[in-house]
Amino acid sequence: MEKFIKLITTVVPLDVQDIDTDQIIPARFLKATSREGFGENLFRDWRFEQDGSSKSDFVLNDDTYSGSVLVAGENFGCGSSREHAAWALVDYGFRAVVSSYFADIFKGNALNNGLLPVQVSSEFLKEIFNQVKSDPAKEIIIDLESQKILISGTEISEKFEINAYKKMCLINGYDDIDFLISNRDKIEKFEKEHVEF
Amino acid sequence: MGKTLFEKVWDRHVVDKVQGGLEILYIDKHLIHEVTSPQAFDGIRKRGIDILRKERIVATADHNVPTKNQHLPIKDVLSKFQVDTLTRNCEEFGIELYGLGHKYQGIVHVIGPELGITKPGMTIVCGDSHTSTHGAFGTIAFGIGTSQVEQVMATQCLLLQRPKAMRINIEGELGEGIFSKDIILYIISKLTTAGGTGFFVEYAGSAIRSLSMEARMTICNMSIEMGARGGMIAPDETTFDYIKGREYAPKGNDFKEAVKYWSTLYSDEDAVFDAEFTYRAEDIEPMITYGTNPGMGIGVTQFIPKKENVKNPDSLMKSLNYMGLEPGEKLLGKKIDNVFIGSCTNSRIEDLRIVAGYVKGKKKASNVKAMIVPGSKQVEAQAREEGIHEILAEAGFELREPGCSACLGMNEDKIPKGEYCVSTSNRNFEGRQGPGARTMLVSPLTAAVIAVEGKVVDVREYIGEGVSV
Ligand code: SF4
Repeated sequence: MEKFIKLITTVVPLDVQDIDTDQIIPARFLKATSREGFGENLFRDWRFEQDGSSKSDFVLNDDTYSGSVLVAGENFGCGSSREHAAWALVDYGFRAVVSSYFADIFKGNALNNGLLPVQVSSEFLKEIFNQVKSDPAKEIIIDLESQKILISGTEISEKFEINAYKKMCLINGYDDIDFLISNRDKIEKFEKEHVEF
Repeated sequence: MGKTLFEKVWDRHVVDKVQGGLEILYIDKHLIHEVTSPQAFDGIRKRGIDILRKERIVATADHNVPTKNQHLPIKDVLSKFQVDTLTRNCEEFGIELYGLGHKYQGIVHVIGPELGITKPGMTIVCGDSHTSTHGAFGTIAFGIGTSQVEQVMATQCLLLQRPKAMRINIEGELGEGIFSKDIILYIISKLTTAGGTGFFVEYAGSAIRSLSMEARMTICNMSIEMGARGGMIAPDETTFDYIKGREYAPKGNDFKEAVKYWSTLYSDEDAVFDAEFTYRAEDIEPMITYGTNPGMGIGVTQFIPKKENVKNPDSLMKSLNYMGLEPGEKLLGKKIDNVFIGSCTNSRIEDLRIVAGYVKGKKKASNVKAMIVPGSKQVEAQAREEGIHEILAEAGFELREPGCSACLGMNEDKIPKGEYCVSTSNRNFEGRQGPGARTMLVSPLTAAVIAVEGKVVDVREYIGEGVSV
């Protein structure tokens, strides 16, 4: 997993609520057996016509916006548990998603793939959308160490929450399996005492 | 202080508490399928480790299998490769697989309970968000991502934050023609798709207690549609009767001992919930969704909300544009093109019986394509035995072989662009049943009546015409 420390980047605004993982990556593209290549079909049906031509009104097809952070409406990542959604976002080049609310499973999947979910207040989210719409070159700064997100060139910033352990994993590029494997003795001891019916 | 049902089960599975409030939770059973497991097997290989407890894993092929001619090789190259990869992985690691052609094959959340794999007090996970289905047995069951599938393979454990506790009570008696699917669509319409985020839900109250196991599974199944990690119902006689005699159920004295323990699994009177909601069963109508998430549901006689009555008019309009519907419109009388009866929400034998009970001696409307996909080989066999297959075939329904099918449109079972599909599945997201498909979620009885009438109707007006409730 790539280490995550600090991002300074322009952003891609996608002001839609309740974006579910079927939109992020539709089921018919889940046939692959590796983790790579899903970026190609990220937001497939919003991004492309059925014949494969680009939909010019979709933000990923709009040259005005670019950057490694996706800013999305409330309740991002609801629906299916498919980790392919996180893989698709990472494969496309995103390192973080900013929203005012994330669905649980998506949040966990994102963190397990070095994609930082940054949950901000709805006011702050609105502010980013406004600033970026009036100036697409506007950068934001996400500093994981201090858990702070800042709209560059302004004083507008907010702290965001992240589990201390998960933060340490992201900063060091570790994952949960390494940690769990190191607890093998405890797990085996537990199994000996675990009564099942 | 007393404990909730959830706490009783969770606490028995905590291996250790670690920093940041996380806990190492032991997993009793791990269900896997072809779509979300290959990358996890790869991960295990790359790390050069073995799977810790193979006997705790059960595999099936369901998401990406054809529902026609399952005895022939799969035509779609990618699908075939994915299903074959599961077979190869299970052989390599020594995992029990109920693959295509096996008499136990079926949708993962249908086969777990019907084989008696799912039992009260367990922890069960699967790389699929509807794993919450198994919660109907008083089990902590939830969906996980592929990285977590790999974690469970490697260590039989997950590193988790304990969710908050919510209880939803449904009190009173359901009206005629109202089913558990209507209850859960009603709840989600009240709480919205994010209302349960961060929570594990317990469903309680007299209306829930009176439900069969199949009906309880339908409710727990859709917990994820309000954002909850899972849902559970305290086990009782209904639960024990259902489990008794199943393939992997404890037998003889073991069963008695098990029931003794299972009977302790309920929320103590003084248990504390972080949130609690109570609804009256009498207020629940046959439900139908009009929008593009499961929270956008209404009683079938109600009107689609108007812009001024919703918190987010833009979202409403985006959904309605996709659905080809207008704010303030009524759905009653709307012509329907497709009816899909299937998915882990409503494809069990009881669901098929309800449908057959209504369509017996009737014909589907000529404007409707009706498809029924049983949840498992066992459901299929049972339906044949009971003559349900013939009833459905005579009514003009197309009968398929088990799989997820048009619930997620991953195989060739897709709803054509722009067409309406009344569906017993669990998600009405844009494109879920195929690009441009317009889904309306309903109960199996509502689906059956609509298939015959060819348009959206209120099932209560048809009660007496073979509707046994
Ligand atoms: S039937 Fe649908 S919801 Fe259920 S497991 Fe299959 S794809 Fe998921």
